[in-house]
Amino acid sequence: MKWILVALRKDLLLQWRTRAHVVAILLFGATALLLFSFAVGPNSEALLQFAAGFLWLGLMLSSTLALAESFQTEMEERALEGLLLLPAPARAIYYGKAIGNWLQLTLLGVGLVPVMVVLYDAATWRLPELVGVLALGAAGLSAPGTLYAAMTAQTRARQTLLPLLLFPLVVPVLLSAVKATSLLILGDPMLQLRAWVGLLVAFDVIHWSLCGLLFERVVED
Amino acid sequence: MTTPSPSGDVAVEAHGLSRRYGRRWALADVSFQVGRGSILMITGRNGSGKSTLLRVLATAIRPDHGQARVLGHDVAAAREEVRRCVSLLSHYSYNYEPLSALDNLAIAARFLGRAHSRESLLGLLAEVALAERADDPVSTYSAGMRKRLSLARVLLQDAPLVMLDEPYAGLDPPGFRLVDGLLRRLAQRGSTVLMATHLLEHGASLCDQGIVLEGGRLTWSGPAAALRPSDLGGSGAATP
Repeated sequence: MKWILVALRKDLLLQWRTRAHVVAILLFGATALLLFSFAVGPNSEALLQFAAGFLWLGLMLSSTLALAESFQTEMEERALEGLLLLPAPARAIYYGKAIGNWLQLTLLGVGLVPVMVVLYDAATWRLPELVGVLALGAAGLSAPGTLYAAMTAQTRARQTLLPLLLFPLVVPVLLSAVKATSLLILGDPMLQLRAWVGLLVAFDVIHWSLCGLLFERVVED
Repeated sequence: MTTPSPSGDVAVEAHGLSRRYGRRWALADVSFQVGRGSILMITGRNGSGKSTLLRVLATAIRPDHGQARVLGHDVAAAREEVRRCVSLLSHYSYNYEPLSALDNLAIAARFLGRAHSRESLLGLLAEVALAERADDPVSTYSAGMRKRLSLARVLLQDAPLVMLDEPYAGLDPPGFRLVDGLLRRLAQRGSTVLMATHLLEHGASLCDQGIVLEGGRLTWSGPAAALRPSDLGGSGAATP
């Protein structure tokens, strides 16, 4: 646990020092939401119906940029190899980075909510639950995303490979998160929210456990 | 084969060490020993396998064949134990570019579990003449300054076995003196040093033993003072 906190502190410091990237990624997500709204047109009913899906698509597209960026600094001057040789436990490095990415993606999601409200007129008063669903969905993206970002960071085609590998894997997370968010925005007369959140938690547990085990094999020669 | 120190204590021993990248063998059947407290010069032409040898011994990469033990620990089976007693000055600076020198050293100190303060880290940076730029991002540093920061990290690690890969590359004359001073300090402290360098005469004046790699193979070993430029030979692709 101590090493995870040490790794997390390092990643939060890196994120703070490169915060201009985070702002750029947020703007990218907001632009994606704007373009999706243009694609639907001025049909306010349809906009509201698709708001949750577009929010998560925007977050997912932005996440590939954030995740790739998080390993860019590790690969420049082989800083990650330097940590492993200290020796820092690979699993702690993974969880530190995955938690850092999770916090970043959650903040990104929270930042995109006002954009969604304005563009799609998709307001909800269940804000704590919405932030909870965003946090759970972001966790489902960040755990495999951190692992795949580590794998692809060493390849030339990393910008293409990361979404190619990540998107199919996070489809169940995306479906659960979209459904749960949609229920929070449109109402939940059949009380289905708990089931979708449960599914989201289950995928999070699987991803966070497996990816932590696999990370050492990915980064060690 | 390099002779161990008079104490007979072996710090590094390699037997048939081989490593390939794709189809090319960067190291082929390399065997040698280094005694504790010795300073070994590893030399050879560009691409002869010097960096690969150091990276295998530091556990940055695994050997494809052969065995090596570093301070009694197998480099393939006991990587964590090896890493605890080895410090590697690599071609790569191992630093985070957006962070300052102080931040980078603090991160390394935390992972090493070392107590540290801003003052103690500034003291380390002063030793490598970087104290004035301690708070600047590493991305604004020159190649020589990055090398100095890497040297500060080696000092911070304070490992019993130090591996230096081209420590003089990119350094100015004061930087040369800095590396020389570091080597003398390490020798006085009884640390074992493996240094890859092209600077034959300079290296020979500081090192006890020397080995020459050519195309991944060990072609010469003996006292560093006896090494001549003609011993470097030509270059060629190796097979294990």
